[in-house]
Amino acid sequence: MRNYIIKRVAQSVLILFCVMFIIYALIRSLPSSFAETMAMQLAQAPGAKPYEEWLAQLNASYGLDLDIVPGFFTWLSKAVVGNFGDSWKWNVPATQKFTEVIGLSVIMGGISFVLSLVIAVPLGVLAATKQYSRADYVITSVALVGISLPTFFFATLLKLFFSVKLGWFDLYGLVGRDYAQLDSMGQFLDKANHLVLPIVTLVIVSIGGYMRYTRTNMLEVLNADYIRTARAKGLSERTVIYKHAFRNTLIPLVTIIGGSLPGLFSGALITETLFSIPGIGYISYQSMVAGDIPFTMFYLSFMAVLTLASNLLTDILYGVVDPRVRIS
Amino acid sequence: MAKNQDGYLSAKESRRISKENRRITDQYEKRRKRRNVPESEYTTQMKDPANAVEFDNLHTYFFTDTGVVKSVDGVSFEVPIGKTVGVVGESGCGKSVTSLSLMQLLQRPQGQIVEGAIRLNLGNDKAYDIAKTPADKMQGLRGNYISMIFQEPMTSLNPVFRIGAQIDEVIALHEGEGKTKEDIKKRTIEMLEMVGIANSEGVYAMYPHELSGGMRQRVMIAMALACNPKIIIADEPTTALDVTIQAQILDLLRSLKDRINSSIMLITHDLGVIAEMADYVVVMYAGRVVEKGTVEEIFAHPSHPYTIGLMASKPVVGKKVDRLYSIPGKVPNPVDMPNYCYFKDRCELQLPCCSGEYPCEISLSPTHKVSCYRYYEENRKAGE
Repeated sequence: MRNYIIKRVAQSVLILFCVMFIIYALIRSLPSSFAETMAMQLAQAPGAKPYEEWLAQLNASYGLDLDIVPGFFTWLSKAVVGNFGDSWKWNVPATQKFTEVIGLSVIMGGISFVLSLVIAVPLGVLAATKQYSRADYVITSVALVGISLPTFFFATLLKLFFSVKLGWFDLYGLVGRDYAQLDSMGQFLDKANHLVLPIVTLVIVSIGGYMRYTRTNMLEVLNADYIRTARAKGLSERTVIYKHAFRNTLIPLVTIIGGSLPGLFSGALITETLFSIPGIGYISYQSMVAGDIPFTMFYLSFMAVLTLASNLLTDILYGVVDPRVRIS
Repeated sequence: MAKNQDGYLSAKESRRISKENRRITDQYEKRRKRRNVPESEYTTQMKDPANAVEFDNLHTYFFTDTGVVKSVDGVSFEVPIGKTVGVVGESGCGKSVTSLSLMQLLQRPQGQIVEGAIRLNLGNDKAYDIAKTPADKMQGLRGNYISMIFQEPMTSLNPVFRIGAQIDEVIALHEGEGKTKEDIKKRTIEMLEMVGIANSEGVYAMYPHELSGGMRQRVMIAMALACNPKIIIADEPTTALDVTIQAQILDLLRSLKDRINSSIMLITHDLGVIAEMADYVVVMYAGRVVEKGTVEEIFAHPSHPYTIGLMASKPVVGKKVDRLYSIPGKVPNPVDMPNYCYFKDRCELQLPCCSGEYPCEISLSPTHKVSCYRYYEENRKAGE
């Protein structure tokens, strides 16, 4: 097992290197460059140097005069020792900006992730055990609605009902108008209040997939021979479903749960943008549009590391739930 | 039935069938789901207290979207205490469904016992009618009083639990009162040794995928026998195994049966296995019993044309033939059974009267019974 993990980590490092290079090459090839935009602005000031001169000067100071390959290695040599540079757009170190905003996204993503699993998995099991019953039809229809509705549409509907019609929540933003006057408990509640609609949106759109997935797998497992064996032993239906069948349903569930872990840190770009919540999704989107190479590189490298780590974690978790794939 | 000439089902027709099925199965499910069913409703009397199980005119139907499949259509036979009854017949003739009816393990809600009784002898003049027994009572009988060995050892064990845990579970469930974990484990190890697993301690901690098919079948047998059941249903216990293991498994079953004096209902389509193991034989065809009798009667004097065909189609040592005999034609469509003898269309020995309604059971001896027109009084005289 130890050798296996070492091998996998070594592979991951190689993959990570390639991923980082591809990301760097892609950002550098973008038609909009931070230096160009800035040079354009500076050149428009009265009595300023012409655009070409500004551009050459800025390119040199931002390190954009190097070609892609040398540029990448310059970035990499600093990055491996933990120096990701200052964000161009935010004028603070990239890591500092990241730590400022990531917490909010993780809290939001984490809550909605746990909520959607807690809601979806039992409902999926219920739908499978009562296949073709009324409960099953209701659950599968809700799942279908959840899968089909785009985030922006659903978020807008929620805003219309709960913010505009009922006035329970603010339309957007993380804090209310009187945030500064509240005590610490009030500030916490204010933030929580503003996060309700974004979290509901995230839960509803992800719940459908998990629900259908659990239902399909559970149905497959319930038709297996070993479930008949379990019934033949005289076990109660409860034990059959929640012990014998559920353990087997976990195997495929682990795959998608493991795969969605990086999603916790990537933030929810659309939802955060719609509700103007300064999470990592919103911030990284703005950075990318501005061509902020240090921040984008840091963010995307971080995501790549997380993806690789969660893949490894998934493979290890497989062994935990399924003895057949345990590596000796 | 509800089919077009070309064999296709229109969407409208299909909807009508599934709606009708839903209505019927809902009724059965409703009756099954009642709470606190009085015991008098499902207690009954055995016809003969020497029998462990009596199937009496059992009808088990499957309400499918293409129509009602009469998988078991009026099956009656007995399993005497301490004897082995072999049930033979080709695939799909209702052997397994009969045994699953006895276990109440039919695929519900589609599969339902619609008529008849299965009387289970509980000793002391007490008997339950399985067709009416509620699910919670049934859970106490399954694995404890009746147990079943399934035909696919490769897939019948839960892949994520250890062998030991799976056998422990059934012991703890039915005989676990007052026993510690160690006692239960001791019993499991004992069972594993009894079915001839040498490395019983090692196997106890293994997962099913670490065992071969023969070993898994032994584990299944150990699990089925762990609570000393009175009735063992062996549903093709050797079909998935190679011949050397088959012999071992059969020997094992026989010796275990003698040790705990239980009855075996052995389902197979291997006539060799029947000849070796069974005391009585029941031959089924298309959901009905066509012939039943002691093993000598069936093998020495097969009477129903189907049994005669079966006997003729097995290879005989020392006899050289170009082609083995096979019964011509195929089984009628289970959704659309004819109203005359089901075997008539394939029968090489039919008489003019065979177009009449399904023949009733004729006794050739106190134990030997056959459903065929050829044995009716008037035809027998004519034939001789």
